[in-house]
Amino acid sequence: MTAAELAIETRGLTKQFGTYAAVKDIDLSVPKGSVFGFLGPNGSGKTTTIRMLLGLASPTSGEARVLGESMPGANSRVLPRVGALVEGPGFYPYLSGADNLRRLDSADRYASSGTRRARVADALERVGLSAAAGKKVKAYSLGMKQRLGIANALLTPRELLILDEPTNGLDPQGTREVRNLVRSLASHGATIFVSSHLLAEIEQICTHAAVMSAGSLVAQGTLDELRKVGRPRVRVETPDIQLASGVLAKLGMTVQPAAVDDSATDVVAVFGEKPAEPDAIVAALVRAKVRVRGFALESPSLEDRFVSLTGEGFNVDH
Amino acid sequence: MLAALAAVPILIAIAVRVTRAGDGGGGPAFLDRIENNGLFVVFVALTVCVPLFLPLTVGVVAGDTIAGEASNGTLRYLLIAPAGRIRLLVVKYIGAAAFCLAATLVVCIAGALIGFALFPSGSVTILSGDTVSLANALGRSLLVALYVTVSLLGLSAIGLFVSTLTDVPVGAMAATIILSVASEVLGQLPQLDWLHPWLFSNYWLGFGDFLRDPISWSNFGTNAALQAGYLIVFGALAYGRFAAKDILS
Ligand SMILES: Nc1ncnc2c1ncn2[C@@H]1O[C@H](COP(=O)(O)OP(=O)(O)OP(=O)(O)O)[C@@H](O)[C@H]1O
Ligand SMILES: [Mg+2]
Repeated sequence: MTAAELAIETRGLTKQFGTYAAVKDIDLSVPKGSVFGFLGPNGSGKTTTIRMLLGLASPTSGEARVLGESMPGANSRVLPRVGALVEGPGFYPYLSGADNLRRLDSADRYASSGTRRARVADALERVGLSAAAGKKVKAYSLGMKQRLGIANALLTPRELLILDEPTNGLDPQGTREVRNLVRSLASHGATIFVSSHLLAEIEQICTHAAVMSAGSLVAQGTLDELRKVGRPRVRVETPDIQLASGVLAKLGMTVQPAAVDDSATDVVAVFGEKPAEPDAIVAALVRAKVRVRGFALESPSLEDRFVSLTGEGFNVDH
Repeated sequence: MLAALAAVPILIAIAVRVTRAGDGGGGPAFLDRIENNGLFVVFVALTVCVPLFLPLTVGVVAGDTIAGEASNGTLRYLLIAPAGRIRLLVVKYIGAAAFCLAATLVVCIAGALIGFALFPSGSVTILSGDTVSLANALGRSLLVALYVTVSLLGLSAIGLFVSTLTDVPVGAMAATIILSVASEVLGQLPQLDWLHPWLFSNYWLGFGDFLRDPISWSNFGTNAALQAGYLIVFGALAYGRFAAKDILS
């Protein structure tokens, strides 16, 4: 892919805090017009990367190019074309939602003041906050503040939206609205870069994704490319766990170890190099007198891929 | 904060009115003149406010400029708007300077109003003994207000710089106020004579010049040059610090 087709491109991007590298040598390529999911567990460096993309922090080494120009040098040319939500919303508690948006909009030298009122009202409308526009932000709920943060990113038409965990704190309706919003913005040609650790959400709206782990970029590509690396698997529901495991193993499949114990009621096995036909698998099971009570073929999920890339552990690394 | 400043002249005027103890000596300069003309409430109030109350409020406002935005989480949104880092500093400084003017005017206006309400008005006998018309005296009061405002510009620049160093507004406010007190304390030590002309608080109480005939502009000129020097130095430091700072708030 050539540089002109990339909305975001980083080369060896690194950020050190003291001796600790929060972002290590990452090479991101975000194609124009994509909805790009930026995945990673807590503390993996997503927000730090976004700060560098927005020129808020300077890279320790490497380069970040946004809309074809190098950040943070090209801040004044690039930022008017970018809308962003970074690490949660930030507003003046004693101003109303609408006044907060007007104040931030007037900080933008390139936004016309004549259309300000209309644009603010429109942005509030898009996130469903019209009714609460005159309320002080202090009195907003978590989700309302989040919506206001998204409205701020939509004040002017943007070529690129960088949204750091946009659905954080939103109710199911709000989450669905954000998904619809992202789709509608994307259908009008904007590039959307959205960080999240909610895989289901990424799977629903993104065309591309990248996965961060402990500061490094461990995978990136289209969703299909990411899923393809994983293999489909079968789930057999049966009281004869040992017997079934033996049959599946003989067919060249890898039985997942968690399944082999006395209380389990099903066996999960991942396909090997040469996948057998599902009907052949069932036939083999029945022939071996396995009492098959259920049989399902599961395609690889992004979650498997995510966990296999970033590790099972729940604790934040380092 | 402005209301608290307005309370100072009002308290002074009421205290003088109630006790009628003007000629007991002691007390701030001009105190004994209030009974002759209410306008002197303004000058007494400024004499009281300049060393302490005004620097306190200016420290709060100037210390809050950048650090306050950072702690609100609004700094990052202003910068990606994009406000431009230099532009943001300039706008914030102008805001602080406007506060200096507003704070001084509040003291002056509240002082004049309460002074004329409780004490005689009419022509004013100024410090050099000459008597000038009330309009002339009001004009001089405005010059005094200008003098005090200019006096606070250096401190505002220091506050702006300190504010770029931290994300904790209270810390920046306290540091600015401490610097202003330190400057005044150093100004009290005769051993440090050589240093005094360089202290930003050195000419703070020099506004009496405007209450003499003929008016002397030399204090005003030296003070303005000194404050401009502080503005240039601390403005440059603030720029140097803020232009390349990582915004992690
Ligand atoms: N100002 C800072 N000083 C020192 N270390 C920092 C600073 N900000 C972030 N870090 C470290 O950098 C790492 C990455 O942080 P970052 O905020 O980018 O994570 P994240 O992927 O956005 O996590 P989350 O999903 O929780 O938002 C963390 O280990 C964090 O401790
Ligand atoms: Mg984050």
